[in-house]
Amino acid sequence: MEKAVKETDEKLAEEKQPGAAAWEPKIMAFVCNWCTYAGADLAGTSRMEYRPNVRIVKLPCTGRIDPLFIIKAFENGADGVLVSGCHPGDCHYTAGNYHARRRWIGFKSLMEFVGLDMRRLHFSWVSASEAIKWVDLINSITDDIKKLGPFMEYRGLK
Amino acid sequence: MARIGVFICQCGKNIESTVDTKKVADEMAELPGVVYSCNYRFMCSAPGQEDVKKAIKKHKLDGVVVAACSPHMHEKTFRRACEAAGVNPYKCEMANIREQCSWVHHDTTKKAGTAKSIDITRMTIERLKKNKPLKKISIPVNKRALVIGGGIAGIQAALDIAEGGREVILVEREPSIGGNMARLSETFPTMDCSQCILTPKMVEAELHDNIKLYTWSEVEKVDGYIGNFTVQIRKKARYVDEELCTGCGDCLVKCPFKAPSEFEMGLATRKVIYTPFPQAVPNIPVIDAARCPKIQKGKCGICEKVCGPGAIDYEQTDQIVTEEVGAIVVATGYQVMPTARFGEYGAGKIKDVITGLHFERLASSAGPTGGEIRRPSDDKVPDSVVFIQCSGSRDEAKGVAYCSKICCMYTAKHTMLYKHKVPDGQAYVFYMDIRAGGKRYEEFTRRAIEKEGAMYLRGRVSRVYERDGKVIVQGADTLSGDQIEIEAEMVVLASAVVSRTGADQLAQKLGISYDRYKFFNEYHPKLKPVETVTGGIFLAGTCMGPMDIPDAVSMGSAVAGKVLGLFSAEEMAREPITASVNTMICNACWDCVVACPYTAIEKEEVRNKKGEIVRVNAKVNDGLCQGCGVCVAACRSKAIDLAGYTDEQVYAAISVF
Repeated sequence: MEKAVKETDEKLAEEKQPGAAAWEPKIMAFVCNWCTYAGADLAGTSRMEYRPNVRIVKLPCTGRIDPLFIIKAFENGADGVLVSGCHPGDCHYTAGNYHARRRWIGFKSLMEFVGLDMRRLHFSWVSASEAIKWVDLINSITDDIKKLGPFMEYRGLK
Repeated sequence: MARIGVFICQCGKNIESTVDTKKVADEMAELPGVVYSCNYRFMCSAPGQEDVKKAIKKHKLDGVVVAACSPHMHEKTFRRACEAAGVNPYKCEMANIREQCSWVHHDTTKKAGTAKSIDITRMTIERLKKNKPLKKISIPVNKRALVIGGGIAGIQAALDIAEGGREVILVEREPSIGGNMARLSETFPTMDCSQCILTPKMVEAELHDNIKLYTWSEVEKVDGYIGNFTVQIRKKARYVDEELCTGCGDCLVKCPFKAPSEFEMGLATRKVIYTPFPQAVPNIPVIDAARCPKIQKGKCGICEKVCGPGAIDYEQTDQIVTEEVGAIVVATGYQVMPTARFGEYGAGKIKDVITGLHFERLASSAGPTGGEIRRPSDDKVPDSVVFIQCSGSRDEAKGVAYCSKICCMYTAKHTMLYKHKVPDGQAYVFYMDIRAGGKRYEEFTRRAIEKEGAMYLRGRVSRVYERDGKVIVQGADTLSGDQIEIEAEMVVLASAVVSRTGADQLAQKLGISYDRYKFFNEYHPKLKPVETVTGGIFLAGTCMGPMDIPDAVSMGSAVAGKVLGLFSAEEMAREPITASVNTMICNACWDCVVACPYTAIEKEEVRNKKGEIVRVNAKVNDGLCQGCGVCVAACRSKAIDLAGYTDEQVYAAISVF
């Protein structure tokens, strides 16, 4: 426990360094298996290029995503979080993305209320054929968050 | 402590050129629980898989992470290899460092790629530590099939499945099977008579021992899952006893009341007790209850008097029959865009503006004019006919962006039929492009243009109106740049092929998806063209998009192959990615029951020895559960989890992010 706290403190101090110009944000993406994961794969098979800041956690459906995953991602050092799945009407499980959307609307207003900068939290539809959309999305989120700097508020909660 | 092996693939140069796989392997070796790690040129090759198997045995591994391509590519390969070496296949995970790393980060110094690969692999290892061994679920298969729709695609599917030795239930909404093909006069490009090639198949379907026919029936409700569907079919009241009726047709002759014929699309009348066309299968009439004075007001009853076998039954009501099947084939076909949509072409107002399907009836020897081309307004043989292609198709303003695919060919056929029947007549065709891809198709359209005298004009028609008993067609010929006005005597619209009214409701009953045009979606447009995303439900024919007869028949046969394949084993195995309820925590709020898109969650009552209910809780039906996990996120007491994607696994991955 003590070690963990010390490590976190060190990490915090390091990131607060003004000289840390080389700082790169870390972005966590929760994506569904059928649309966005396949879209991200397509970006690879098409040899597109995008910022290397995103780490993907694959789930069967955006409907599986518990809002707590997002909080946990911030606690574990994410500077931004992205949730992405099939377009409305395209869900592999017929309606999972509608559940995700409804949950998102509630969760978003909660996060706005507690003061989260909403440029750090994104919700998007990326289909299996929208590799370009995926690339643009990751690039723009990364660039935005880079301007915002590291997200420290939730890290201490761990 | 876990004993995990980590295998980093170089994929030739595909990964190695931007990721230092050796470094990744070395870093992973330092992680707790990892007892072996290596990198290799091609993990998926036979020697690569052999290495995995050997390492499992040598290091007594209980879990494997392969950092290579997308799991969509090779997860099955490596899970199979693990299973062969004695590791549960669900204790094998892939870290996607190719599609989602090396291929999208082109930094040849390998810095970014290596760092990201390390993160991805580490997250996968932590996740794997929480993986539970899982076993494939085997479910029994009921070897009977339901085919919805008795057009050519449905008939072909039913016949092929029946020939394969399995029982088929064929449900048709109309009083007879045959579908739209029964309406056609001749078929392109061979010009053989549609009825002549179709009716033998209809009779074969009726007489086949393995086919049970429900005509004048509709699917009411579908429950269950692949291998185990329960289907309720509404047998609409026919008012004629199917067992007693001999099909003699005396009632049709004597019935004094007439109504517009649906089969002839209003070009002729039928009796109120009727079969849609003479070769109807089954040859059993139906009473149009809404128009029958006996049923409505108790007056008439002539058909009952003349019926020798006493088959008329005015008291008949709709019946619901229940059938158990293992597979469902959807073959509900198409309709053409209603003429009322073509105001600019005078459709609906000008009687002599008809659709291609009307023209088929006029050209058919069994049709209302006995095969003579006579215009609807005054029965005159038209001395000129204008055909307008792409009526509605490829026209976003009409809501149809797609090409209806069959119109270029049938319009060419129409011009030929017209020329053969009215040798002095002149056919004009307005077209946007001629799309004649297919065996002997291009030759066919060339024949219409070059040998059969049809005048093809490239351009759009702007207006159609009546003047002195003629139909005036105004349009542009974009090749010559001229404005054209043709005094025609009849206009035929190649109206867009559209989905059936009510296709969306059927899709919702079946739990399959459809596109913005309400055509049903195939699982994969190239590799799974006849499957839907719902296991055990297949598609054939024009219910999934416009296609011609050969394509619809091919799909019917393809589906039969799929269904017979499914029926070839007593049981089928499926992925064990299903939800389960911790009944000790479940507080029976039923949020999961509401959320589940598959009605896979039941309310379970737990009783004591006296039979009293001591507890109620949710229970997941493994057969129905598709593993989406919506219930997991919906559960407020965290009583549900999804095998393969448990909260524990997700949090483990996040924790080392």
